[in-house]
Amino acid sequence: MLALREMLIAFRRTPLLSTLSITTIAFSLFAFGLFGLVALNIRTAIAGVEERVEIRAFVTEAAAPEGVAAAMGDIAAFPEVATVTYVTPEQALEKARRELGEFEDVFEEGILPGSIEVRLKPGSRDPGTVRAVADRIESYDFVDDVRFGEEWVAKLYRVRTVASVVGLALGGAFALVAIIIIGATIRMAVLARSREISIMRLVGATDGFIRLPFLLEGLVKGILGGLAALLLTWLASSLVDTYFIDTVFFDSSLALLGIAAGALIGLLGSAVSVGRHLRRV
Amino acid sequence: MIRFFNVTKEYARGGVALKDITFRVAKGEFVFLTGPSGSGKSTLLKLIYLAEMPTDGEVQVSGLNSRELRKGDVARLRRKLGIVFQDFRLLEDRTAEANVSFALEVTGAPRATIQPKVSRLLTQVGLASKSHSYPRELSGGEQQRVAIARALVNDPLVLIADEPTGNLDERATRGVYQLLREINASGTAVVMATHNLELIRRADYRTIELDHGRVVYDSADTSLPRREAR
Repeated sequence: MLALREMLIAFRRTPLLSTLSITTIAFSLFAFGLFGLVALNIRTAIAGVEERVEIRAFVTEAAAPEGVAAAMGDIAAFPEVATVTYVTPEQALEKARRELGEFEDVFEEGILPGSIEVRLKPGSRDPGTVRAVADRIESYDFVDDVRFGEEWVAKLYRVRTVASVVGLALGGAFALVAIIIIGATIRMAVLARSREISIMRLVGATDGFIRLPFLLEGLVKGILGGLAALLLTWLASSLVDTYFIDTVFFDSSLALLGIAAGALIGLLGSAVSVGRHLRRV
Repeated sequence: MIRFFNVTKEYARGGVALKDITFRVAKGEFVFLTGPSGSGKSTLLKLIYLAEMPTDGEVQVSGLNSRELRKGDVARLRRKLGIVFQDFRLLEDRTAEANVSFALEVTGAPRATIQPKVSRLLTQVGLASKSHSYPRELSGGEQQRVAIARALVNDPLVLIADEPTGNLDERATRGVYQLLREINASGTAVVMATHNLELIRRADYRTIELDHGRVVYDSADTSLPRREAR
């Protein structure tokens, strides 16, 4: 209670410094949030493309429908497989005519074979898994050929890997910069009150007692900064969404995580700054 | 109550500040600590309230031993001491009353006891009518009285005063000194560092003189050469 009052006194006494540190925290987290937003959107885009990874097994004309049906049951039971559908020669023809309208005349009845279309579960769409599943499907007698756009899948995965690595590195750098800047502003706040700290010590305040208002202050500044950063990021996202391309925004748990990160950085930054200061005086 | 056993204090860069100091201060005693600037008066006082630790030797204050300190001991010791400085060290953004009550709040005193005690102390130091004034609205002497009131909140065993009249004019000096004598008369020991030889000469309190970090005179110690307090 007393710590809360001391914290409010500190806010009131140094409104400029308090506002400055909240703004600094907000903009540091905003930069990090923007980066996170870009990473999230790239990820979502890649995930959308990934969903199109499919294996298509062409069935020989001589295949017995019962055999195909039984095999489809087997395939559906593979742990990597999400859905299995049979595309009849007629459906294939119709689809081809629809998608390649200008060649409509080229497609004659019976020109396209029937096929089994296999979609994989998320997490099983990497080139290795796709190839393994394709090989297993190919081992059925009635399967003539298996296609899954091998090169395309490999390329997609390279892009995904590069995006993840770059994302981690940049994200780490942004987070580090945010922590350093926030730590510095909190240090300023502590130094601005060093006289008060020394007086508190003289009259017999324990280190824990001295620390508490600063920790609270750091926590509150972190939360306020986090909220401001979230608002800024949302505004930026809305602008891009309105004028440029569709974007995905953080869901509520990610947003909460961002605010929690602000709170944690504020708290830890204060703890480190006050701790160092108390050890020195 | 305060005992120094062969205390030496060296600073990494500043050299020897105190050399082989041994003395004791009894309950209720009034001791002047004098000597030229840089003779080690402030260092000696800092060793009493354990803001500094001896490089060698041992300091005992109110049952606490500088060799056997645990976490929180220093904070607890400070609550049994009152400390006053030449520059008052008040919080500028709080009233006289708040400056005094702050010292009580910091120690976790029950809320109900704070207000009456603060009023009583401000009355004792003669500032009852200025309890809502901020330090900048008070004269130097008045600010020092607030600092003394603050030092008294925990009913200290010892009041440590480092040049308490150093920034005050003669009139204010007399007032503050008189207040310290009254506090001493009610049983609190006072250790006061001062340059003011006039004060020392007029009273017949024990005087310890330091020079270059050594005790060169102690009016209570017959083994040291006796000489007239300068």
